[in-house]
Amino acid sequence: MSRTIFFRNKPIILETASIGGPKESKGCLKDYIERKLDDDLFDEKSFEKAESKMMLAVIKKVIEKAKLDDVNIDSIIAGDLLNQIISSTFAVRNFNTGYLGVYNACATFTEALTIGATLIDGGYMKRVVCSTGSHFSTAERQYRYPLELGSTRPPQAQWTVTGAGALILSNIGDGPKITCATIGKIIDYGVTDANNMGAAMAPAAADTLLYHFTENGFSPNDYDLIITGDLGTLGSRIMKDLLWEKGIDIEKNHVDCGELVYNLAEHEYQGGSGAGCSSMVFCSYFYKLLKEKKLNKILLIATGALLSSVSSQQGESIPGIAHAVVIEN
Amino acid sequence: MKKRQFYNKNYLEYVKGISPKTNEKRSLFRAFIVGGFICCIGQAVRYALEGIFQLKGDELSAYVSLVMIFLGAFLTGLGVYDRIGKFAGGGSIVPITGFANSVVSPAMEFKTEGYIYGTAAKMFIVAGPIIVFGVAGSVLVGLVYYVGYMIF
Repeated sequence: MSRTIFFRNKPIILETASIGGPKESKGCLKDYIERKLDDDLFDEKSFEKAESKMMLAVIKKVIEKAKLDDVNIDSIIAGDLLNQIISSTFAVRNFNTGYLGVYNACATFTEALTIGATLIDGGYMKRVVCSTGSHFSTAERQYRYPLELGSTRPPQAQWTVTGAGALILSNIGDGPKITCATIGKIIDYGVTDANNMGAAMAPAAADTLLYHFTENGFSPNDYDLIITGDLGTLGSRIMKDLLWEKGIDIEKNHVDCGELVYNLAEHEYQGGSGAGCSSMVFCSYFYKLLKEKKLNKILLIATGALLSSVSSQQGESIPGIAHAVVIEN
Repeated sequence: MKKRQFYNKNYLEYVKGISPKTNEKRSLFRAFIVGGFICCIGQAVRYALEGIFQLKGDELSAYVSLVMIFLGAFLTGLGVYDRIGKFAGGGSIVPITGFANSVVSPAMEFKTEGYIYGTAAKMFIVAGPIIVFGVAGSVLVGLVYYVGYMIF
Protein backbone atom coordinates (compact mmCIF):
# COMPACT_ATOMS: atom_id res chain seq x y z
CA MET A 1 0.00 0.00 0.00
CA SER A 2 1.10 3.52 -0.62
CA ARG A 3 0.27 7.04 0.47
CA THR A 4 0.25 8.08 -3.17
CA ILE A 5 -2.92 7.67 -5.22
CA PHE A 6 -2.77 7.59 -9.02
CA PHE A 7 -6.10 8.54 -10.56
CA ARG A 8 -6.92 6.41 -13.58
CA ASN A 9 -9.90 8.46 -14.74
CA LYS A 10 -8.19 11.80 -14.06
CA PRO A 11 -10.86 14.11 -12.58
CA ILE A 12 -11.11 17.44 -14.40
CA ILE A 13 -11.13 20.89 -12.82
CA LEU A 14 -14.00 22.48 -14.75
CA GLU A 15 -14.08 25.94 -13.23
CA THR A 16 -12.77 27.96 -10.32
CA ALA A 17 -13.89 31.06 -8.45
CA SER A 18 -12.04 33.26 -5.98
CA ILE A 19 -12.71 36.12 -3.62
CA GLY A 20 -10.28 38.31 -1.71
CA GLY A 21 -10.43 40.82 1.14
CA PRO A 22 -9.36 44.47 0.82
CA LYS A 23 -5.70 43.85 1.65
CA GLU A 24 -5.43 40.83 -0.66
CA SER A 25 -7.14 42.75 -3.48
CA LYS A 26 -4.36 45.32 -3.36
CA GLY A 27 -1.64 42.67 -3.35
CA CYS A 28 0.30 41.02 -6.15
CA LEU A 29 -2.71 39.01 -7.33
CA LYS A 30 -5.03 41.98 -7.76
CA ASP A 31 -5.46 41.32 -11.48
CA TYR A 32 -6.37 37.68 -10.93
CA ILE A 33 -8.73 37.64 -7.95
CA GLU A 34 -12.25 37.56 -9.37
CA ARG A 35 -14.20 39.34 -6.72
CA LYS A 36 -12.52 41.99 -4.63
CA LEU A 37 -14.07 43.20 -1.39
CA ASP A 38 -13.52 46.77 -0.21
CA ASP A 39 -15.01 45.99 3.19
CA ASP A 40 -13.86 42.96 5.15
CA LEU A 41 -17.26 42.77 6.89
CA PHE A 42 -18.91 42.03 3.49
CA ASP A 43 -22.12 43.84 4.63
CA GLU A 44 -22.55 41.44 7.54
CA LYS A 45 -22.78 41.99 11.28
CA SER A 46 -19.82 39.87 12.27
CA PHE A 47 -16.55 38.66 10.73
CA GLU A 48 -17.66 35.03 11.10
CA LYS A 49 -20.76 35.76 9.02
CA ALA A 50 -18.57 37.57 6.48
CA GLU A 51 -16.26 34.55 6.18
CA SER A 52 -19.24 32.27 5.62
CA LYS A 53 -20.68 34.67 3.05
CA MET A 54 -17.37 34.69 1.16
CA MET A 55 -17.49 30.90 0.91
CA LEU A 56 -21.13 31.01 -0.14
CA ALA A 57 -20.26 33.55 -2.82
CA VAL A 58 -17.43 31.49 -4.36
CA ILE A 59 -19.37 28.21 -4.32
CA LYS A 60 -22.37 29.91 -5.93
CA LYS A 61 -20.13 31.59 -8.48
CA VAL A 62 -18.29 28.42 -9.48
CA ILE A 63 -21.54 26.50 -10.02
CA GLU A 64 -22.88 29.42 -12.05
CA LYS A 65 -19.69 29.63 -14.14
CA ALA A 66 -19.93 25.94 -15.02
CA LYS A 67 -23.51 26.63 -16.18
CA LEU A 68 -24.91 24.18 -13.66
CA ASP A 69 -27.37 24.24 -10.81
CA ASP A 70 -26.83 22.94 -7.28
CA VAL A 71 -28.94 19.86 -8.05
CA ASN A 72 -26.27 18.87 -10.61
CA ILE A 73 -23.63 18.83 -7.88
CA ASP A 74 -23.34 15.55 -6.01
CA SER A 75 -21.41 16.83 -3.08
CA ILE A 76 -19.61 19.85 -1.65
CA ILE A 77 -16.39 19.29 0.29
CA ALA A 78 -15.45 22.35 2.31
CA GLY A 79 -13.46 23.46 5.31
CA ASP A 80 -12.12 26.49 7.18
CA LEU A 81 -10.20 27.40 10.31
CA LEU A 82 -12.98 28.20 12.76
CA ASN A 83 -14.11 25.95 15.59
CA GLN A 84 -16.49 23.25 14.29
CA ILE A 85 -15.82 24.64 10.76
CA ILE A 86 -18.88 26.89 11.00
CA SER A 87 -18.08 29.05 7.99
CA SER A 88 -18.27 26.09 5.61
CA THR A 89 -21.30 24.54 7.25
CA PHE A 90 -23.33 27.74 7.25
CA ALA A 91 -22.36 28.46 3.66
CA VAL A 92 -23.21 24.97 2.38
CA ARG A 93 -26.60 24.83 4.15
CA ASN A 94 -27.89 27.01 1.30
CA PHE A 95 -27.30 24.26 -1.25
CA ASN A 96 -29.32 21.19 -2.11
CA THR A 97 -26.34 18.81 -2.17
CA GLY A 98 -24.33 16.40 -0.08
CA TYR A 99 -21.77 17.91 2.27
CA LEU A 100 -18.48 16.70 3.66
CA GLY A 101 -16.87 19.07 6.15
CA VAL A 102 -13.11 18.60 6.36
CA TYR A 103 -10.39 20.08 8.54
CA ASN A 104 -6.63 19.98 8.20
CA ALA A 105 -5.98 23.62 9.08
CA CYS A 106 -4.31 25.36 6.14
CA ALA A 107 -3.85 22.03 4.30
CA THR A 108 -7.63 21.64 4.03
CA PHE A 109 -7.69 22.66 0.38
CA THR A 110 -5.54 19.81 -0.94
CA GLU A 111 -7.26 17.43 1.49
CA ALA A 112 -10.62 18.38 -0.05
CA LEU A 113 -9.15 18.00 -3.56
CA THR A 114 -7.81 14.53 -2.75
CA ILE A 115 -11.15 13.36 -1.37
CA GLY A 116 -13.11 14.92 -4.22
CA ALA A 117 -10.82 13.46 -6.88
CA THR A 118 -11.05 10.01 -5.25
CA LEU A 119 -14.85 10.12 -5.21
CA ILE A 120 -14.94 11.00 -8.90
CA ASP A 121 -12.16 8.63 -9.92
CA GLY A 122 -13.95 5.73 -8.23
CA GLY A 123 -17.03 6.52 -10.27
CA TYR A 124 -19.12 7.24 -7.19
CA MET A 125 -19.84 10.86 -8.07
CA LYS A 126 -19.96 13.00 -11.18
CA ARG A 127 -19.42 16.51 -9.92
CA VAL A 128 -17.93 17.69 -6.67
CA VAL A 129 -17.25 21.22 -5.44
CA CYS A 130 -14.20 21.77 -3.21
CA SER A 131 -13.89 25.01 -1.29
CA THR A 132 -11.95 26.52 1.60
CA GLY A 133 -11.77 29.99 3.09
CA SER A 134 -10.33 32.00 5.94
CA HIS A 135 -10.63 35.48 7.39
CA PHE A 136 -7.93 37.46 9.18
CA SER A 137 -10.25 38.88 11.84
CA THR A 138 -11.93 35.60 12.80
CA ALA A 139 -8.63 33.70 12.99
CA GLU A 140 -7.03 36.49 15.00
CA ARG A 141 -9.88 36.38 17.47
CA GLN A 142 -9.90 32.61 17.81
CA TYR A 143 -6.15 31.96 17.96
CA ARG A 144 -4.64 35.21 19.22
CA TYR A 145 -5.80 38.52 20.71
CA PRO A 146 -8.67 40.96 20.11
CA LEU A 147 -8.12 43.11 17.03
CA GLU A 148 -7.96 46.46 18.84
CA LEU A 149 -5.47 45.29 21.45
CA GLY A 150 -2.25 47.25 21.10
CA SER A 151 0.13 44.31 20.86
CA THR A 152 3.09 43.73 18.55
CA ARG A 153 3.68 40.78 16.26
CA PRO A 154 7.00 38.96 16.38
CA PRO A 155 9.03 38.99 13.12
CA GLN A 156 8.39 35.29 12.42
CA ALA A 157 4.59 35.76 12.40
CA GLN A 158 2.33 35.38 9.38
CA TRP A 159 -0.89 37.09 8.35
CA THR A 160 -4.10 35.09 7.85
CA VAL A 161 -5.50 35.64 4.37
CA THR A 162 -9.02 37.04 4.06
CA GLY A 163 -10.28 35.14 1.09
CA ALA A 164 -11.82 31.99 -0.30
CA GLY A 165 -11.63 29.83 -3.37
CA ALA A 166 -13.80 27.11 -4.85
CA LEU A 167 -13.44 24.74 -7.76
CA ILE A 168 -15.60 22.19 -9.42
CA LEU A 169 -14.32 18.67 -10.17
CA SER A 170 -15.99 16.64 -12.85
CA ASN A 171 -15.66 13.27 -14.59
CA ILE A 172 -16.17 14.81 -18.04
CA GLY A 173 -15.29 18.13 -19.64
CA ASP A 174 -12.27 20.23 -20.51
CA GLY A 175 -9.63 21.58 -18.21
CA PRO A 176 -6.59 20.71 -16.13
CA LYS A 177 -6.73 17.25 -14.58
CA ILE A 178 -5.80 15.89 -11.19
CA THR A 179 -3.59 12.90 -11.90
CA CYS A 180 -2.04 12.00 -8.60
CA ALA A 181 -2.19 12.80 -4.88
CA THR A 182 0.12 12.08 -1.97
CA ILE A 183 -1.48 12.04 1.46
CA GLY A 184 0.67 13.61 4.15
CA LYS A 185 1.84 12.26 7.45
CA ILE A 186 1.66 14.22 10.69
CA ILE A 187 5.14 15.41 11.58
CA ASP A 188 5.85 17.02 14.93
CA TYR A 189 9.39 18.12 15.74
CA GLY A 190 8.38 19.87 18.94
CA VAL A 191 7.92 23.48 17.81
CA THR A 192 5.76 25.21 20.42
CA ASP A 193 5.86 28.82 19.19
CA ALA A 194 2.36 29.43 17.78
CA ASN A 195 3.75 32.50 15.99
CA ASN A 196 6.23 30.40 14.06
CA MET A 197 3.93 28.24 12.00
CA GLY A 198 6.34 28.07 9.09
CA ALA A 199 8.83 26.17 11.25
CA ALA A 200 6.07 23.85 12.49
CA MET A 201 4.81 22.99 8.99
CA ALA A 202 8.07 22.85 7.02
CA PRO A 203 9.11 19.33 8.19
CA ALA A 204 5.70 17.95 7.15
CA ALA A 205 6.00 19.55 3.71
CA ALA A 206 9.54 18.19 3.34
CA ASP A 207 8.36 14.71 4.39
CA THR A 208 5.47 14.64 1.91
CA LEU A 209 7.68 15.88 -0.94
CA LEU A 210 10.42 13.40 -0.08
CA TYR A 211 7.90 10.57 -0.07
CA HIS A 212 6.33 11.77 -3.30
CA PHE A 213 9.69 11.91 -5.10
CA THR A 214 11.50 8.88 -3.72
CA GLU A 215 8.65 6.37 -3.45
CA ASN A 216 7.34 7.10 -6.92
CA GLY A 217 10.64 7.79 -8.66
CA PHE A 218 9.73 11.38 -9.56
CA SER A 219 12.09 14.32 -9.57
CA PRO A 220 11.46 18.05 -9.00
CA ASN A 221 12.30 18.64 -12.67
CA ASP A 222 9.17 16.72 -13.68
CA TYR A 223 7.14 19.74 -12.58
CA ASP A 224 6.89 23.23 -13.99
CA LEU A 225 6.23 24.50 -10.49
CA ILE A 226 6.11 23.11 -6.99
CA ILE A 227 3.63 25.29 -5.11
CA THR A 228 3.49 25.20 -1.32
CA GLY A 229 0.48 26.56 0.52
CA ASP A 230 1.48 28.95 3.25
CA LEU A 231 4.93 28.18 4.57
CA GLY A 232 5.90 31.82 4.29
CA THR A 233 9.43 33.06 3.68
CA LEU A 234 10.98 31.41 6.73
CA GLY A 235 9.08 28.12 6.37
CA SER A 236 10.02 27.85 2.68
CA ARG A 237 13.66 28.36 3.50
CA ILE A 238 13.52 25.64 6.21
CA MET A 239 11.72 23.20 3.90
CA LYS A 240 14.27 23.75 1.13
CA ASP A 241 17.10 23.23 3.64
CA LEU A 242 15.55 19.98 4.87
CA LEU A 243 15.12 18.67 1.32
CA TRP A 244 18.62 19.81 0.34
CA GLU A 245 19.96 17.70 3.18
CA LYS A 246 18.30 14.67 1.58
CA GLY A 247 19.73 15.50 -1.82
CA ILE A 248 16.66 17.08 -3.40
CA ASP A 249 16.90 20.60 -4.78
CA ILE A 250 13.61 22.39 -5.48
CA GLU A 251 15.03 25.92 -5.26
CA LYS A 252 14.49 26.86 -8.91
CA ASN A 253 10.89 25.76 -9.37
CA HIS A 254 9.44 26.35 -5.93
CA VAL A 255 6.94 29.08 -5.11
CA ASP A 256 4.88 29.68 -1.96
CA CYS A 257 1.30 31.02 -2.08
CA GLY A 258 1.79 32.86 1.22
CA GLU A 259 4.79 34.73 -0.17
CA LEU A 260 2.83 35.69 -3.30
CA VAL A 261 -0.25 37.21 -1.72
CA TYR A 262 0.98 40.50 -0.32
CA ASN A 263 2.99 43.28 -1.90
CA LEU A 264 5.58 44.11 0.67
CA ALA A 265 5.86 41.88 3.66
CA GLU A 266 5.86 44.69 6.17
CA HIS A 267 3.12 44.05 8.67
CA GLU A 268 2.69 40.50 7.44
CA TYR A 269 6.37 39.62 7.99
CA GLN A 270 6.66 36.06 6.61
CA GLY A 271 3.65 36.28 4.26
CA GLY A 272 0.08 35.02 4.17
CA SER A 273 -1.36 31.92 5.80
CA GLY A 274 -4.75 30.33 6.41
CA ALA A 275 -7.07 27.85 4.76
CA GLY A 276 -8.08 30.48 2.23
CA CYS A 277 -4.49 31.24 1.18
CA SER A 278 -3.79 28.23 -1.06
CA SER A 279 -7.36 28.03 -2.39
CA MET A 280 -7.60 31.72 -3.25
CA VAL A 281 -4.18 31.77 -4.93
CA PHE A 282 -4.70 28.52 -6.83
CA CYS A 283 -8.25 29.32 -7.94
CA SER A 284 -7.26 32.75 -9.23
CA TYR A 285 -3.65 32.82 -10.41
CA PHE A 286 -2.42 29.27 -11.00
CA TYR A 287 -5.64 27.98 -12.54
CA LYS A 288 -5.45 30.78 -15.07
CA LEU A 289 -1.84 29.93 -15.91
CA LEU A 290 -2.80 26.26 -16.36
CA LYS A 291 -5.70 27.22 -18.60
CA GLU A 292 -3.44 29.42 -20.72
CA LYS A 293 -0.94 26.52 -20.92
CA LYS A 294 1.78 28.68 -19.39
CA LEU A 295 2.08 25.90 -16.85
CA ASN A 296 1.48 22.30 -17.77
CA LYS A 297 2.27 20.25 -14.72
CA ILE A 298 2.27 21.50 -11.15
CA LEU A 299 2.56 19.99 -7.71
CA LEU A 300 0.31 21.78 -5.25
CA ILE A 301 1.19 21.06 -1.65
CA ALA A 302 -0.84 22.85 1.02
CA THR A 303 0.57 22.77 4.53
CA GLY A 304 -1.27 22.94 7.83
CA ALA A 305 -0.38 23.58 11.46
CA LEU A 306 -2.78 21.46 13.49
CA LEU A 307 -2.91 23.46 16.68
CA SER A 308 -5.75 24.89 18.72
CA SER A 309 -5.66 27.66 21.30
CA VAL A 310 -6.37 25.02 23.99
CA SER A 311 -3.51 22.72 22.96
CA SER A 312 -1.14 25.71 22.84
CA GLN A 313 -2.13 26.84 26.32
CA GLN A 314 -1.59 23.32 27.63
CA GLY A 315 1.97 23.44 26.34
CA GLU A 316 1.51 20.98 23.47
CA SER A 317 3.75 21.24 20.45
CA ILE A 318 2.37 21.96 16.96
CA PRO A 319 1.84 18.97 14.64
CA GLY A 320 2.23 19.77 10.96
CA ILE A 321 0.66 18.16 7.90
CA ALA A 322 0.98 18.55 4.13
CA HIS A 323 -0.96 16.93 1.30
CA ALA A 324 0.26 17.08 -2.28
CA VAL A 325 -1.81 17.03 -5.47
CA VAL A 326 -0.49 16.81 -9.04
CA ILE A 327 -2.42 18.87 -11.58
CA GLU A 328 -1.58 18.72 -15.28
CA ASN A 329 -2.98 19.65 -18.64
CA MET B 1 3.98 -0.06 16.00
CA LYS B 2 7.16 1.93 16.46
CA LYS B 3 6.87 4.65 19.03
CA ARG B 4 7.27 8.08 17.45
CA GLN B 5 9.17 10.99 18.94
CA PHE B 6 7.56 14.42 18.94
CA TYR B 7 10.76 16.24 19.72
CA ASN B 8 13.82 16.93 17.63
CA LYS B 9 16.51 18.89 19.45
CA ASN B 10 18.68 19.48 16.40
CA TYR B 11 15.75 20.86 14.45
CA LEU B 12 14.64 23.20 17.22
CA GLU B 13 18.18 24.57 17.56
CA TYR B 14 18.37 25.07 13.81
CA VAL B 15 15.00 26.90 13.80
CA LYS B 16 16.16 29.10 16.65
CA GLY B 17 19.25 30.01 14.69
CA ILE B 18 17.46 30.77 11.45
CA SER B 19 14.42 32.67 12.80
CA PRO B 20 14.60 36.47 12.52
CA LYS B 21 15.23 38.25 15.81
CA THR B 22 13.30 41.17 17.19
CA ASN B 23 15.35 44.33 16.82
CA GLU B 24 15.81 45.00 20.54
CA LYS B 25 17.47 48.41 20.29
CA ARG B 26 14.73 49.73 18.02
CA SER B 27 11.96 48.24 20.20
CA LEU B 28 13.45 49.69 23.39
CA PHE B 29 13.91 53.11 21.79
CA ARG B 30 10.34 53.22 20.49
CA ALA B 31 8.93 52.00 23.81
CA PHE B 32 10.94 54.67 25.65
CA ILE B 33 9.77 57.50 23.39
CA VAL B 34 6.07 56.56 23.30
CA GLY B 35 5.91 55.43 26.94
CA GLY B 36 7.63 58.63 28.00
CA PHE B 37 5.28 60.72 25.88
CA ILE B 38 2.23 59.09 27.51
CA CYS B 39 3.72 59.82 30.93
CA CYS B 40 4.29 63.46 29.90
CA ILE B 41 0.62 63.72 28.97
CA GLY B 42 -0.23 62.26 32.39
CA GLN B 43 1.97 64.86 34.07
CA ALA B 44 0.37 67.65 32.04
CA VAL B 45 -3.09 66.43 33.06
CA ARG B 46 -1.88 66.43 36.66
CA TYR B 47 -0.71 70.06 36.49
CA ALA B 48 -3.92 71.08 34.75
CA LEU B 49 -6.16 69.45 37.36
CA GLU B 50 -4.03 70.92 40.15
CA GLY B 51 -4.15 74.39 38.65
CA ILE B 52 -7.76 74.52 37.50
CA PHE B 53 -9.62 72.48 40.13
CA GLN B 54 -7.19 72.89 43.04
CA LEU B 55 -7.10 69.10 43.66
CA LYS B 56 -4.52 67.63 46.03
CA GLY B 57 -2.98 64.31 47.12
CA ASP B 58 -4.90 61.06 46.62
CA GLU B 59 -7.84 62.80 45.02
CA LEU B 60 -5.57 64.37 42.42
CA SER B 61 -3.86 61.07 41.48
CA ALA B 62 -7.24 59.31 41.24
CA TYR B 63 -8.52 61.94 38.80
CA VAL B 64 -5.33 61.78 36.72
CA SER B 65 -5.75 57.99 36.42
CA LEU B 66 -9.39 58.47 35.45
CA VAL B 67 -8.52 60.90 32.67
CA MET B 68 -5.76 58.62 31.33
CA ILE B 69 -8.04 55.55 31.40
CA PHE B 70 -10.64 57.51 29.51
CA LEU B 71 -8.09 58.56 26.90
CA GLY B 72 -6.89 54.95 26.45
CA ALA B 73 -10.44 53.66 26.10
CA PHE B 74 -11.41 56.47 23.73
CA LEU B 75 -8.43 55.89 21.43
CA THR B 76 -9.18 52.14 21.45
CA GLY B 77 -12.75 52.89 20.40
CA LEU B 78 -11.48 55.04 17.56
CA GLY B 79 -9.20 52.22 16.43
CA VAL B 80 -6.04 54.25 16.99
CA TYR B 81 -4.54 52.57 20.06
CA ASP B 82 -3.70 49.27 18.34
CA ARG B 83 -1.72 51.24 15.76
CA ILE B 84 0.19 53.06 18.50
CA GLY B 85 0.74 49.64 20.12
CA LYS B 86 2.08 48.13 16.92
CA PHE B 87 4.70 50.86 16.82
CA ALA B 88 5.48 51.25 20.51
CA GLY B 89 5.18 47.70 21.90
CA GLY B 90 5.72 47.79 25.68
CA GLY B 91 5.71 51.60 25.63
CA SER B 92 1.95 51.69 25.23
CA ILE B 93 1.12 48.46 27.14
CA VAL B 94 2.70 49.36 30.50
CA PRO B 95 1.04 52.76 31.21
CA ILE B 96 -2.52 52.78 32.54
CA THR B 97 -3.80 53.64 29.05
CA GLY B 98 -2.65 50.14 27.99
CA PHE B 99 -4.74 48.65 30.77
CA ALA B 100 -7.79 50.52 29.48
CA ASN B 101 -7.00 49.21 25.98
CA SER B 102 -6.82 45.61 27.23
CA VAL B 103 -10.32 45.91 28.76
CA VAL B 104 -12.03 47.87 26.00
CA SER B 105 -10.67 45.88 23.03
CA PRO B 106 -12.21 42.49 24.01
CA ALA B 107 -15.39 44.28 25.12
CA MET B 108 -15.73 45.71 21.60
CA GLU B 109 -14.68 42.52 19.88
CA PHE B 110 -17.10 40.17 21.61
CA LYS B 111 -20.10 42.46 21.24
CA THR B 112 -21.20 40.15 18.40
CA GLU B 113 -21.96 37.44 20.98
CA GLY B 114 -24.33 39.74 22.90
CA TYR B 115 -23.91 42.11 25.83
CA ILE B 116 -24.05 39.44 28.56
CA TYR B 117 -22.14 36.45 27.19
CA GLY B 118 -20.04 38.57 24.88
CA THR B 119 -19.07 42.03 26.10
CA ALA B 120 -19.56 41.50 29.85
CA ALA B 121 -18.20 37.95 30.07
CA LYS B 122 -15.18 38.46 27.83
CA MET B 123 -14.27 41.98 28.98
CA PHE B 124 -11.50 40.80 31.33
CA ILE B 125 -10.11 38.08 29.11
CA VAL B 126 -6.81 39.98 28.73
CA ALA B 127 -6.85 42.16 31.86
CA GLY B 128 -8.10 39.38 34.18
CA PRO B 129 -4.65 38.03 35.09
CA ILE B 130 -3.37 41.59 35.72
CA ILE B 131 -6.21 42.22 38.18
CA VAL B 132 -5.87 38.83 39.92
CA PHE B 133 -2.11 39.08 40.39
CA GLY B 134 -2.35 42.79 41.18
CA VAL B 135 -4.81 42.17 44.02
CA ALA B 136 -2.96 39.07 45.26
CA GLY B 137 0.37 40.93 45.12
CA SER B 138 -0.97 43.94 47.00
CA VAL B 139 -2.43 41.69 49.74
CA LEU B 140 0.96 39.97 50.09
CA VAL B 141 2.84 43.27 50.29
CA GLY B 142 0.27 44.56 52.78
CA LEU B 143 0.80 41.50 54.99
CA VAL B 144 4.59 41.84 54.91
CA TYR B 145 4.27 45.52 55.74
CA TYR B 146 1.81 44.80 58.60
CA VAL B 147 3.95 42.03 60.13
CA GLY B 148 7.11 44.11 59.70
CA TYR B 149 5.43 47.05 61.43
CA MET B 150 4.35 44.82 64.38
CA ILE B 151 7.87 43.45 64.92
CA PHE B 152 9.97 46.60 64.50
